[in-house]
Amino acid sequence: MENFLTQTLVYLGAAVVSVPIAKRLGLGSVLGYLIAGVIIGPFALGLTGQLADVMKFAEFGVVILLFLIGLEVQPSMLWDMRKAIFGLGGAQVLGTGLAIAAASLALGLPWQQALAVGLVLAMSSTAIVLQTLDEKGLRQGPVGRAAFGVLLLQDLAVIPLFALLPLLATGAPHPTETNGGHGGGSLVAHLPVWAQMLSVFAAVGAVVGGGRYLVRPVFRFIAKARLREIFVAAALLIVVAVASLMQIVGLSPALGAFLAGVVLAESEFRRELETDIEPFRGLLLGLFFITVGAGVNLPLVASQPLTLLGLVIGLMALKFLVMYGLARLFGAPKRGAMAVATALAQGGEFAFVLLTFTVGAGVIGAQLAALLTAAVAVSMAFTPLAMILYERVAALMDAAIPDVVPDTGDFDEGEPDIIIAGFGRFGQITGRLLSANGFKSTVLDSDIEQIELLRRFGRRVHYGDATRLDLLRQAGADRARMLIVALDDREKTVELVETARKAFPDLVILARAWDRRHAYDLLANGADAVERETFESALALGTTALQKLGFRAHRAHRAAAFFRRHDRRTFEELRPMWGQEEAYILASRDAAQTMDRLLNADLHRMRPGDAGGAWNTASLDEELREQAAREGAE
Amino acid sequence: MTDASTGPVTPSTSGVLLVLAHPALERSRANRALAKAAKGLSGVTFKDLYEVYPDFVVDIEAEQAALLAHDVVALQFPLYWYSTPSLMKEWLDLVWLHGFAYGEGGEALKGKRLFVACTTGASAKAYHAHGYNRFSMDEFLRPLEQTAHLCGMGWETPFVVHGASVKDDDALKAEAERYKARLASLLPALSTSGKTEA
Repeated sequence: MENFLTQTLVYLGAAVVSVPIAKRLGLGSVLGYLIAGVIIGPFALGLTGQLADVMKFAEFGVVILLFLIGLEVQPSMLWDMRKAIFGLGGAQVLGTGLAIAAASLALGLPWQQALAVGLVLAMSSTAIVLQTLDEKGLRQGPVGRAAFGVLLLQDLAVIPLFALLPLLATGAPHPTETNGGHGGGSLVAHLPVWAQMLSVFAAVGAVVGGGRYLVRPVFRFIAKARLREIFVAAALLIVVAVASLMQIVGLSPALGAFLAGVVLAESEFRRELETDIEPFRGLLLGLFFITVGAGVNLPLVASQPLTLLGLVIGLMALKFLVMYGLARLFGAPKRGAMAVATALAQGGEFAFVLLTFTVGAGVIGAQLAALLTAAVAVSMAFTPLAMILYERVAALMDAAIPDVVPDTGDFDEGEPDIIIAGFGRFGQITGRLLSANGFKSTVLDSDIEQIELLRRFGRRVHYGDATRLDLLRQAGADRARMLIVALDDREKTVELVETARKAFPDLVILARAWDRRHAYDLLANGADAVERETFESALALGTTALQKLGFRAHRAHRAAAFFRRHDRRTFEELRPMWGQEEAYILASRDAAQTMDRLLNADLHRMRPGDAGGAWNTASLDEELREQAAREGAE
Repeated sequence: MTDASTGPVTPSTSGVLLVLAHPALERSRANRALAKAAKGLSGVTFKDLYEVYPDFVVDIEAEQAALLAHDVVALQFPLYWYSTPSLMKEWLDLVWLHGFAYGEGGEALKGKRLFVACTTGASAKAYHAHGYNRFSMDEFLRPLEQTAHLCGMGWETPFVVHGASVKDDDALKAEAERYKARLASLLPALSTSGKTEA
């Protein structure tokens, strides 16, 4: 326990100190974590303890990252990305692999080793690439899409690589080290190939089927319990369960998590899952970067600095060139291709695993592996720097060609114009009106039965308590134009208006008010406009009543319109009073007091006949009658 | 918007579409008397605009279909500031569209007839070059006459009740009978059935 606390202290302390500094220096958080790792690592301060254990734990951050990405990828989107995944991704793995192999061959490695090194180093770091692109705001655009497609195929390619690499063995295998952590947990490795294949399909089927038919009812059940921590626990449970299952059948846990994410991307719990799991992703990824930093073999770096530097620069340059060429070939604009190629130029975390594995399989020597591991780690550390370099070059290019089209693409199709919190009897009508007029809205509702029903009618509704700021942010509140609060709960409505106003000063906030008092309360808390939920419908029923009592339709309509105007004026007039007499109003007599005031105002301003006073031609008729009499007399 | 070809198909056109606009019919003795007389006629479809569209949101498709289904369009209204009440103007603006009523492809009303029935507060004498209104009723109704012309419609001699608010019940009854006869004369000899709306 003491050891655990010390370790936590070391890792958290290093992160908290170095990451903000790195960010302030414009180096990005990834480099901050890596530097923190180097400092506390076994070759510097030596505070990291059992680094291998921590690393395994931290790798779970990558699993969570892929799960979260999966949540953002609709199955249809995955299909749209098939060109990026199989075309660009496949070309990258093969092209880069062969290019590095050729270079290795030129440096004097035998072809088997050269090919193994090439394929291993062709992999990029999912964690670093995505984190970096995220920080640069590029992940949602075409650049992010292309990079992600390539990364996804690399994840897939790891599976055959494990089968392929042992075939390149030239030396004797080291059976003790064949456990590379990746396929390491596989319980089916001893089975014949067909059985292994079968178990893989069964596992994938279980993830898809479970996500479709099992997870949603379970989540619904949990949601009804309204215990947030259990929801978080259930979300983590899914990710862990899928990762374990994948490990059992020998697939990449990250890939499995991605698949689970995609399956759940269309569920109503998507936003809630994202919000709940997000913090774990950040922390674990940070931990992961720290362990990578800590793993840099400083003595090795110190003993062969030039060789290593040459290797890193050569590796990154080669990866950059191949990727740039391929991206251009696949139709990316120059800038986009540069961004993708820069982002993907480092070696990946799979390289660590695969290098250990290749040594174990007797393909390459331990010394070469150590050198390459160090090179990969350093190349990861160089990635944020390379991105900064890319930005400089891109800025120069922009300056040279002033009318470059910004690389934002049309990926923001999911950005809502409006967020509607609460999609019950009230929110639905408002929402329907807005969507009928072409506005996109994201809907949040916490009544699981309501969501059920709406989804059956094909509406996109997300489960979640909208008063939570993080969920609001997930829903896009910092980019949306408007928030419509249509909750069924007085207190929560006020709470949400207050929270949203503080967090998003520019957001237009409209709110459904319970009654007059609630309406004042909401305005005082920052709502831009409110509507008393029963006011318009009561007025409409009153209009019908007037018609049934014999008023012509137009007169009844005008009477209601007149009354509405009068009431809204009274509402504004009583508003300052409400503020002063808050304490009094909150006392028991408030309702009667307000009503008294209102009735007085009604009588004072709305004399009977006022509403129908229009079109009263009495005075004109009188004059015409006099005129006619005069004419008759003449 | 909607042109004749996409509007609801009507097997045959017949009768008079009587469009009435009075924002306070409950106060108008003259217009009520006229409307009551018209309602007694078969072959007249009665449409009370302020009753059907109290919020001024005119249903364009429904109104165009109604126009298509009749041979004669009759407009009944009190003269307000030498023009129609605002909702009737709104109705004209929204329904008698380019491409439907006039202009290229706008032949929906061609061959139909436009008949105006109008009440005024002032006496007939006022609507004269030497009266205080300085112009004749024919001149004040020119915008509608030209509307009919542009739409290829025939222009029927307008029916006008002057001094409406001064007339006693008997006088109004006589005017209503005259109105009824005028409307009947516009109907084809063998009218089928009387339709009433609102």
